[in-house]
Amino acid sequence: MFDNVAQFAIVVVVMTLLAIAMGKWLARVFTRTHHGLPERWTYRLLGIDPDATMSWKRYSMALLLGNAAMMLLGYLLLRLQGMLPLNPAGLAPQSPDLAFNTAASFITNTNWQAYAGETSLSNFSQMAAITFLMMVSAATGLAAGGAFIRGLSRRSTAEIGNFWVDLTRIIYRVLLPLCFSLALIYVWQGVPQTLSAGITATTLEGAKQHILMGPVASLESIKHIGTNGGGFFGMNSAHPYENPTPLTNTLDILGMLLIASALTYTFGSMLIRRRQGWAFFAACLVMLLGFLAVVYSAEQNGNPLFAGVGVDQQPGPLQPGGNMEGKEMRFGIAQTSLFIATTTGATTGSVDAMHDSLTPLGGLVPLAEMMLNCVFGGKGIGLINLITYAILAVFLVGMMIGRTPEFLGKKIEATEMKLVMLAVLAHPLSILGFTALATAWPGTIDSLANLGPHGFSEVLYAYTSGTANNGSAFAGLNANTPFYNTTLGLAMLTGRYFTLLPMLAVAGSLAMKKNVPESPGTLRTDTPLFTGLLVFVVLVVGGLTFLPALALGPIAEQFLMSSGHLF
Amino acid sequence: MNKTGVTDRRCEPLLRDLLRPALTSAVFFMILTGLAYPLLTTGVAQLLFPHQANGSLLERDGHVIGSALLGQNFIRQQYFHPRPSATVTSDPADPDKTIALPYNAALSGASNLGPSSRKLITQVAERARAYRRENGLSANAPVPVDAVTASGSGIDPDISLANARLQAGRIARARKLPEKQVLMLITQQVTPRQFDVLGDPRVNVLKLNLALDANMNAIRRPAAQ
Repeated sequence: MFDNVAQFAIVVVVMTLLAIAMGKWLARVFTRTHHGLPERWTYRLLGIDPDATMSWKRYSMALLLGNAAMMLLGYLLLRLQGMLPLNPAGLAPQSPDLAFNTAASFITNTNWQAYAGETSLSNFSQMAAITFLMMVSAATGLAAGGAFIRGLSRRSTAEIGNFWVDLTRIIYRVLLPLCFSLALIYVWQGVPQTLSAGITATTLEGAKQHILMGPVASLESIKHIGTNGGGFFGMNSAHPYENPTPLTNTLDILGMLLIASALTYTFGSMLIRRRQGWAFFAACLVMLLGFLAVVYSAEQNGNPLFAGVGVDQQPGPLQPGGNMEGKEMRFGIAQTSLFIATTTGATTGSVDAMHDSLTPLGGLVPLAEMMLNCVFGGKGIGLINLITYAILAVFLVGMMIGRTPEFLGKKIEATEMKLVMLAVLAHPLSILGFTALATAWPGTIDSLANLGPHGFSEVLYAYTSGTANNGSAFAGLNANTPFYNTTLGLAMLTGRYFTLLPMLAVAGSLAMKKNVPESPGTLRTDTPLFTGLLVFVVLVVGGLTFLPALALGPIAEQFLMSSGHLF
Repeated sequence: MNKTGVTDRRCEPLLRDLLRPALTSAVFFMILTGLAYPLLTTGVAQLLFPHQANGSLLERDGHVIGSALLGQNFIRQQYFHPRPSATVTSDPADPDKTIALPYNAALSGASNLGPSSRKLITQVAERARAYRRENGLSANAPVPVDAVTASGSGIDPDISLANARLQAGRIARARKLPEKQVLMLITQQVTPRQFDVLGDPRVNVLKLNLALDANMNAIRRPAAQ
């Protein structure tokens, strides 16, 4: 118990220190006017003027067009796999619906995988299609986050920055150096990094074991730094080649949280409202620790149905105990719980244990975090979502005390509230709408691996994961069918662009406004009271929207399981 | 500069201005982040950490016998057995179907069975019975949870200390060694928490079995002389 809490404490402390350092660096990346030499060459190649700034509409247009071109290129590379190099096993190209799903998934930073990397992708595709899309989608999300903060920090202007400059700077100044260094640490710990496709070993008992490898470490580092989450191998970070030691597991967790938590600091720094940044940081941390406590205690208590057949799940010096189905020994319960709480909090979606085999309450945690989608949240998007909720909180409180709501010195009016509501409603509409469609569509039930409420959880999890751009799965669901590939691809695109674009519009609209001087009646948004209100609004709005669906899935399963009911 | 936003608004319909950067950025960043970055990482990694970069492979008598990081299947009585594995391979008779192939390092896999699945509970009960029979435990003896549950990857290299110690008696009998010696070997092979704090203590099954074989050879050689 003490050992486990010590691991949690280390992660929280290191995360906070890294958030400050990274937050300062990001603020410089977003605000400095100097262009480096490689950057100037890149701008010349792209044919853009780096000093021309864009309105939010033009910024969004550049973002969409750029992403569309990248997605198309990724799709083509996947479809042409058979003709491209580094494919000794002669793997066939992905089918059109699967390649659409994969390209949509990686460009939206979701990294849902309806395929197993081992049997579907050559080492060339792993690099040129997957690593590439991971890198640019992470840069896109972070660019949007930066532009959003910039919009909030300005007044009486229509410009929020230049998308191409943001994209290029983030890749050169943040992602490439970080990912390269982290990849080397991973290799030191045992993650392979080779162009060889593998080797056949003869085991001690004389059997053949075909061992696959490839350029894993370079994919693994952007997978976590970029909160992407798609694995090189089918079983993702549970695979010993992706995540060989507790240290790599801890670095994965810190990598996922790094930029998401740093952005709260960057926000405070760029707006010169540092307390506000910390208030957001605190709100996220409170939710993260709450969810961690739930998943840790549920998994450590284990499966009551195992106890009935004489299985020892008691933790002690000789074993970690708990529900070990789908989990790895080297992580035990503590490292696994920390990973689960982080991967859906930071909307990465990598998994170091199979979420389908979690206890019902343990499985509820990743599901709920994706539904709220702002427990630190993904690259840039998490902060945007949190501010969406913050504006909503200001609005609700403003209504209660009968004042025009203000946020960061700007009046919140009908335009902003409409856009905020669009962003807040698109998320549940996509999740619940597609889940309802899937449960009613003929034949879709055949994809389930589990029956009863757990089967419903599998479908709900899939659309939540797609819409929240998470990408983790209750992996028993066979989602590689035309219906799931298409609808999940649409859910990912809806979830990404219908939250991102309205909020860029909010930033654009707020940037145009004049600052209102603070008065004694202004609701302060950088106090512990407001942090509490914010967490409350997130839980109430998020919770009430999804509670009926959760009641049909994990909550029903928890009650049936404790009464000994099997499916 | 378009501080007034006037120039900007006039440009907005001109999608053409955005097409060139959109297309060139896609191709350029594909080459930079999809090829140059992983290839440079490969070069440096191969130079600095060649053993790990090539999969931490273990050799005995010049043959590759596996990887220190990946579990492999053991069924013989004189070896420690790993955790159950849910990995499969395609059925040679019908490529659309799969058959069980434990510790298939070419296709990682898990059971993905939910906690209230009848199939899972039946499997666990059967594994517990088999484990007790194999290791000569009484019919009601509690079985360590890792010995009867499948891992996430299907190629988990480790087992718990509790699991290893319960197997020691069987191995001592099969190898005609004192049980104390096998227990000592387990203690020597324990992988502790990393930096004394991260993860959980555990035993790598392949390394433990290699140590067992080496230990037997060391005993046998002086006897033969």
